[in-house]
Amino acid sequence: MSVWDDVVGQEQAVAVLRRAATEPAAMTHAWLITGPPGSGRSVAARAFAAALQCTGSDGEDGGCGRCHQCTTTMAGTHPDVTVVATDKVVIAIDEVRDLIGTAARTPSLGRRRVIVVEDADRMAERTTNVLLKAIEEPPAHTVWVLCAPSVQDVLPTIRSRCRGVVLRVPPPEAVAELVVRRDGVDPDTALSAARAAQSHVGLARRLARDPGARERRARVLDVARRIRGVGDAVLAANELVEVAKAEAKAATEERDAQERAELMRALGVGEGETLPPRLRSQLKQLEDDQKRRATRHQRDVLDRAMVDLLSLYRDVLVVQLGAEVELVNAAEAGLVRTLAADSTPEQTIRRMDAIGTARERLEGNVAPLLALEAMAIALRPQG
Amino acid sequence: MPPAAPTTGRRSGGARKAPAGNVRSWDEPALAPVVLVRGPEDLLRERAVEGVLRLARERDPETEKVELEGATYGAGMLQVAASPSLFGEAKLVVVAGAEAGTDELYADLLDYVGAPDPETTVVVVHASGQRGKKMLDTVVGSGAPVLQCDPIARDAEKADFVVRELRAARRRAEPEAVRALVDALGADLRELAAAVAQLVSDTTGIITAPLVDRYYGGRVEATGFKVADAAVAGDAGTAVALLRHALATGADPVPLVAALAMRLRTLAKVAAIRGGGVTARELGLQDWQVRNAQRDLQRWTPEGLAAAITAVAQADADVKGAGRDPVFAVERAVLTIARARRR
Repeated sequence: MSVWDDVVGQEQAVAVLRRAATEPAAMTHAWLITGPPGSGRSVAARAFAAALQCTGSDGEDGGCGRCHQCTTTMAGTHPDVTVVATDKVVIAIDEVRDLIGTAARTPSLGRRRVIVVEDADRMAERTTNVLLKAIEEPPAHTVWVLCAPSVQDVLPTIRSRCRGVVLRVPPPEAVAELVVRRDGVDPDTALSAARAAQSHVGLARRLARDPGARERRARVLDVARRIRGVGDAVLAANELVEVAKAEAKAATEERDAQERAELMRALGVGEGETLPPRLRSQLKQLEDDQKRRATRHQRDVLDRAMVDLLSLYRDVLVVQLGAEVELVNAAEAGLVRTLAADSTPEQTIRRMDAIGTARERLEGNVAPLLALEAMAIALRPQG
Repeated sequence: MPPAAPTTGRRSGGARKAPAGNVRSWDEPALAPVVLVRGPEDLLRERAVEGVLRLARERDPETEKVELEGATYGAGMLQVAASPSLFGEAKLVVVAGAEAGTDELYADLLDYVGAPDPETTVVVVHASGQRGKKMLDTVVGSGAPVLQCDPIARDAEKADFVVRELRAARRRAEPEAVRALVDALGADLRELAAAVAQLVSDTTGIITAPLVDRYYGGRVEATGFKVADAAVAGDAGTAVALLRHALATGADPVPLVAALAMRLRTLAKVAAIRGGGVTARELGLQDWQVRNAQRDLQRWTPEGLAAAITAVAQADADVKGAGRDPVFAVERAVLTIARARRR
């Protein structure tokens, strides 16, 4: 057992990080871990943090997974490991300013102070600039680990101050194996989930464990079948947005209520009492944060739906071109073949472009419904 | 929003608490020791206060008007203002801005409502909101007249307002003239009232449509919806003119694009209803929306609709930073929509 067990299909990257943790000569003070979503960036960053703190046991070091340092890091309770992630759209500049103070402190228990920024791509340019100095010359014991989908997602000034580690898309078989090992799902379901998730580890686990998630995915793909004209397209876009809204609400509702109750308790307002006007701004701030979180969640859900659709048309193109590669959506082979027979490869590529454009527009803050309408219209059968 | 039901003007007596209170429309002022003027429409609140003052002066031409401001109110000011003066003339105290009043104001008013001075009229002006609710409830509960100043939103109500204004000035206007006035200046009630006053003082006889056109022609109330209507009707010239009007009078491109998108969305939904499978009720559409859309759809092909929606989506991306010039992006979308309609 080792902290690296859950970093699947990344032998090369693991070797680099592991060596850095054990050999002082191979170490540096700032790292940038890049890889496509779901390739395990944050898991790798956490494992690296654990390996850096690891005191070793049974003659194994560099992330043994059993010593106190390893277990607390992996559980997220190590006092010298700070993990910054956001469930909002961006990381706020104030959070980053706090980090700089943290970075200057000496470690209390471990050998180093490790700061992991999971969503380094979710920082505005101004926010990133705050980090520059701290990343360039941190105190001797401090290590920065930044994660981003690709090197282009962070500023060149940050890029040049970090050593890069690239994660690849893990093979579906490796992901399936991890899902079987961790969640005890049967291997066939695990493999089809891993394929459908296109090796996104988190998604694959969700698809394998949650029948509801599989059903939602099937419904999204079914959109491609249902759109026969402009009217249907607009209705389908509406449905996708509504489903995403409902899902975001379900995912955040419980947490919102809990946070609200905690805040009320912290402010000394009892159950059923009204909040004094002076404290209302506090509640307002919490509600604004929650709203931002819901917005991001909704966008993530929509983006995932679009990636699913994209994979479907990728399969259509594979069939149309007679390429000898496996389908992502093997379970939907019938739909793929129907679509392939009904259209030309040029049309398929145009549709994929439309989906890509819609994803970009969503990123650019276009009204989600409008972006999806334009996409759905491009998916309708055309002569 | 119709004004609250006209009442008989009878006070319901201090002992029995009438839950609805003595609510009247803003143009039916009444004289009482305490009068409440409430509602979000500025102009109407002013008119209501003027109405009460007029009644007070009719009763006693010497009536002195004292104004208090809610936000700067200090304890006891109401008592000072409302007590009889040395020469014993009647007083009318206007407490303006009670929606942003100090706590002292509410406390003093609560005391005063319990034992008002019968010689003095206190007019409490409260725009909207929850602040001072207890005081408001007490005033309403005491049976004091409440002059309601609801916003005038619909065109028919605005036309009604114009006619009433003219009647007050003993003038008449052609229905077309009234409509033209409302079209030109309907967005702001105050401007509408000022325009009527201008026409009344500058002209004689019946106010006609050409007359309104001479004064206010070329001024158009351009909203995103009107731009969208013109574009969907295929009238590129009018649509662009309206769009420029809207932009020149401070409209933001983003809601303009949203209005275009909404209009086209309704068209597409109604097209889907015609295709069968869904009903208007399921889609949350009103009957009139369906009727209007069906009329428009006669000149629209699915291909045209597709091109129009695609263009609007591109425009939304452009106004939100993907393009260089937001204004150009909207204009291009409007032209594309107008052209996408079948000739």
